Amino acid sequence: MTIAVVVYPGTNCELDIVHAVNLAGADTEMVWHRDTDLSGASGVVLPGGFAHGDYLRTGAIARFSPIMDEVSRLADEGLPILGVCNGFQILTEAGLLPGALVANRDLKFICEPVHLRVESTDSVLTRAAVVGQVLSIPLNSYEGNYVADDIDRIEATGDVVLRYCDSDGRVDGSTNPNGSTNSIAGITNDARNVAGLMPHPERASEGILGSTDGMVLIEGFIASTELVTV
Amino acid sequence: MTTKEVPDHIRLGMTDDEYQDVIALLGREPLAAELAMYSVMWSEHCSYKSSRSHLARFKSAQPWVVVGPGENAGVVDLGDGWLAALRIESHNHPSYIEPYQGAATGVGGILRDIFTMGARPIAVWDPLRFGPLDEPHNRYLFEGVVSGIAGYGNAVGVPTLGGEVEFADRFSRNPLVNVMALGLLEKDQLVLSAASGEGNLAILLGNATGRDGIGGASILASASFEEGDDEKRPNVQVGDPFEEKKLIEACLELFDKGLVVAIQDLGAAGISCATSEVAGNGGMGMDVDLDRVHLRESDMSPGEILMSESQERMLAVVTPADEAEVLAIADRWEIEASTIGTVKQGPDLTIYSKGELVGDVPAASLADDAPKYDRPAQRPGYLDEAWKSEPQIPDDLDAGETLRILLDDPAIGDRSWISRQYDHMLFLNTVVEPGHDGCLLRIKGTEKAIAVSTDGDSLRTYLDPRRGSARIVYESALNVAVTGANPYALVDNLNFGNPEQSGVMWQFIESVEGMAAACEELNVPVVGGNVSFYNQTDDIDIYPSPVVGMMGFCDPMPQRPPRLDRAQDGMTVWVVGQDAKGDFAASAYDRIINRNLGGRPVDADPQIARTVIDAAVSLAHETPVLHDISIGGLGVALAEIAIRSGVGMAIEGVSGPELFDETPLRFIAVARGDSLDTEAPHTRIGAVTGTTLDFGTAGSISVTEAEHIWQAALPRRMKHETARS
Repeated sequence: MTIAVVVYPGTNCELDIVHAVNLAGADTEMVWHRDTDLSGASGVVLPGGFAHGDYLRTGAIARFSPIMDEVSRLADEGLPILGVCNGFQILTEAGLLPGALVANRDLKFICEPVHLRVESTDSVLTRAAVVGQVLSIPLNSYEGNYVADDIDRIEATGDVVLRYCDSDGRVDGSTNPNGSTNSIAGITNDARNVAGLMPHPERASEGILGSTDGMVLIEGFIASTELVTV
Repeated sequence: MTTKEVPDHIRLGMTDDEYQDVIALLGREPLAAELAMYSVMWSEHCSYKSSRSHLARFKSAQPWVVVGPGENAGVVDLGDGWLAALRIESHNHPSYIEPYQGAATGVGGILRDIFTMGARPIAVWDPLRFGPLDEPHNRYLFEGVVSGIAGYGNAVGVPTLGGEVEFADRFSRNPLVNVMALGLLEKDQLVLSAASGEGNLAILLGNATGRDGIGGASILASASFEEGDDEKRPNVQVGDPFEEKKLIEACLELFDKGLVVAIQDLGAAGISCATSEVAGNGGMGMDVDLDRVHLRESDMSPGEILMSESQERMLAVVTPADEAEVLAIADRWEIEASTIGTVKQGPDLTIYSKGELVGDVPAASLADDAPKYDRPAQRPGYLDEAWKSEPQIPDDLDAGETLRILLDDPAIGDRSWISRQYDHMLFLNTVVEPGHDGCLLRIKGTEKAIAVSTDGDSLRTYLDPRRGSARIVYESALNVAVTGANPYALVDNLNFGNPEQSGVMWQFIESVEGMAAACEELNVPVVGGNVSFYNQTDDIDIYPSPVVGMMGFCDPMPQRPPRLDRAQDGMTVWVVGQDAKGDFAASAYDRIINRNLGGRPVDADPQIARTVIDAAVSLAHETPVLHDISIGGLGVALAEIAIRSGVGMAIEGVSGPELFDETPLRFIAVARGDSLDTEAPHTRIGAVTGTTLDFGTAGSISVTEAEHIWQAALPRRMKHETARS
């Protein structure tokens, strides 16, 4: 079973996510955005970066890349799909996840470790974690500010999987780095097989990098792909 | 006088004598396009005509140096088939005219220098110098430059690992924006820029050629600034990091498949420089057809096409048999490519446009026959006055009160306002991130690591160019050493004023001597450099600002490299290195508290340098915290450790003045036991304890208060409106 990592022109975190997924024991294959066939993949990751330069709007052009019809089809079939940072932005643009990511509250790029509280384990991303668990994982984005018109519905259906918090798990305005609505850092779809988050779990994959907290998310995603039969 | 009455060569920045040299060389008057080429290639920026004779002083011969100065980047051997490429450049004048694009294209340009060698760029550093932040225009420049670096670097997908920053009055009208890059490659991927093989093809890859940046090298980078220079904004290039990212990936694939005979990036002077360099470096000639160049605007003249500094372009020399595959790879990466030239025997670079000959010059002459000046140098008069103005340091100064003021200085306070805007983690190599003395990058799959520190100290260099320049070499060496890495190779960026003034030329020569001697003392080869002259606006020269980028190397790297945030209750605090000598010239104390700039900096003692640096490298394998003592002296260095670790310290037997003394070649060790295993001179000065930084009778400050002041230093200044004045 192989996890497909989609590479758009401008993607730059593909090697990092491959490194972390491989460390966790799963195989990966990088797939170019012009390809149209993902058969054989047990899961799909859309990595971070600046797909198509983020021109026009983040993810706005990437959603039209040839590969996206196949990603949508597999999402409908229930295959685990994960979007990290720019990948999360692409999934919202493609309508596979609700909401949108807009410019950070302070209009500055933010690259720093943040704390995340696990809100739900009912997703392909958080299944191996524990509700209330606090993870230290780096954020790295300019458009990381989560907004949604139907935020009440998203909250009510339990689509929120990760929120920004402090080291003790407290969630309030002071622990929200980028202005995200309700401090949302990661969400899933109603079917629970598509998930996206702004922070980069692959950057917290080894002790020498400062944290291994991302591995519980990556391992959870891999475990999800092993359970799938499409 | 209208421009019509000014001869073309003068308008292009060339002197009458230089124009006569071109005529003698060609045996005739140059054609318009030829004159354009010579004017740019013989500019100060491209030809180093005022500095070349002095740069020979730098030594680059060491067994681990694979490529020394002269290529696009220096290359050193890391063993087991790994090489590292490094390079430093300046983008000073463009960044003053248009801070965002000036800084952004500086990043783009240095990255091309790195991947031209076959290396994947893995990190960038940005040493910056601006005027004081209480002036709105300086905030505008600072904010724009940092945004430009972040905007380009983050999007192109190369982490920016920080750099350093200084603020001083003479940079208000001439900020300095330097950029250093590091690349990693395997030995068989190394590519050089010498074309060979008659009949091989020159393929232009990447961005379309437009009118942007025409004359950037000769007009912006090689002349002083005057009032009204905002009008030069059209000479600044515009960057496209997305195009560059695709270009990097396409070129790395070409190298990987062995499809490239030679390659050269297009920087200053664009096509004219790139074609003449690949041909000239290989002792060959080239036919170039400008009609084949993919253009952004169709009505460009041959001179404009040749001189354009449009960004994100490369010139690859490939065999005719590989042409189709090269074009196919370019297409896959969605970049444009056009075959514009053919390598030929003989020395001539022959250029056609619309079927007509527009240029026919010896390729190597553009580089090799450039003028070389031995400009007069004389010790400037300001020094005697300045040396007399000795810093006054009260014996009974209050260390707590002093720290309250120093920690609020924007060059001392927390600089994460800058580094959090940069992606400094991409590629999962960053073991020690910005905010420590040096950054440490692991090489995955090995136990090797590379450390880098960039350093400059313009005020100290102003007060004594030779001593000041030697000291930045030693400081950068110690900065990499405290991460566990041995100083291994150096690149320098020499930012100076107008070289036609004897005082500036004297500063330059003294500085080169100081740096070269310190490098020799440490056996550190100088593998590349850049000279930026004419940093002068309205007759005010900048403070002489040599900047070094020191690369350190360790194998194996420490399992837990020292960090500033690892001090814990009960640990012991030591000072290692030479005794404090009372060094306050250009110190933070004298600059900030006394508002004085005077006295003569002490000389770094070369005898002890090696001992101290070796001690740091050795201690790095077992000591939780090592920290170089530099700006603000021991007091600021201790405060930084206390703040970052969230602990107090009880320091004994150090007087107030000693706390702010900036004598070089000293560092702090915070250790677990009651002894320190080192042969270098060392003294125990206290212990980690409590929540206060307590200097006994010299004063104290709570760590919480120190932290608040330190954290607010930059953000509180930058929250004001920035404005273009």
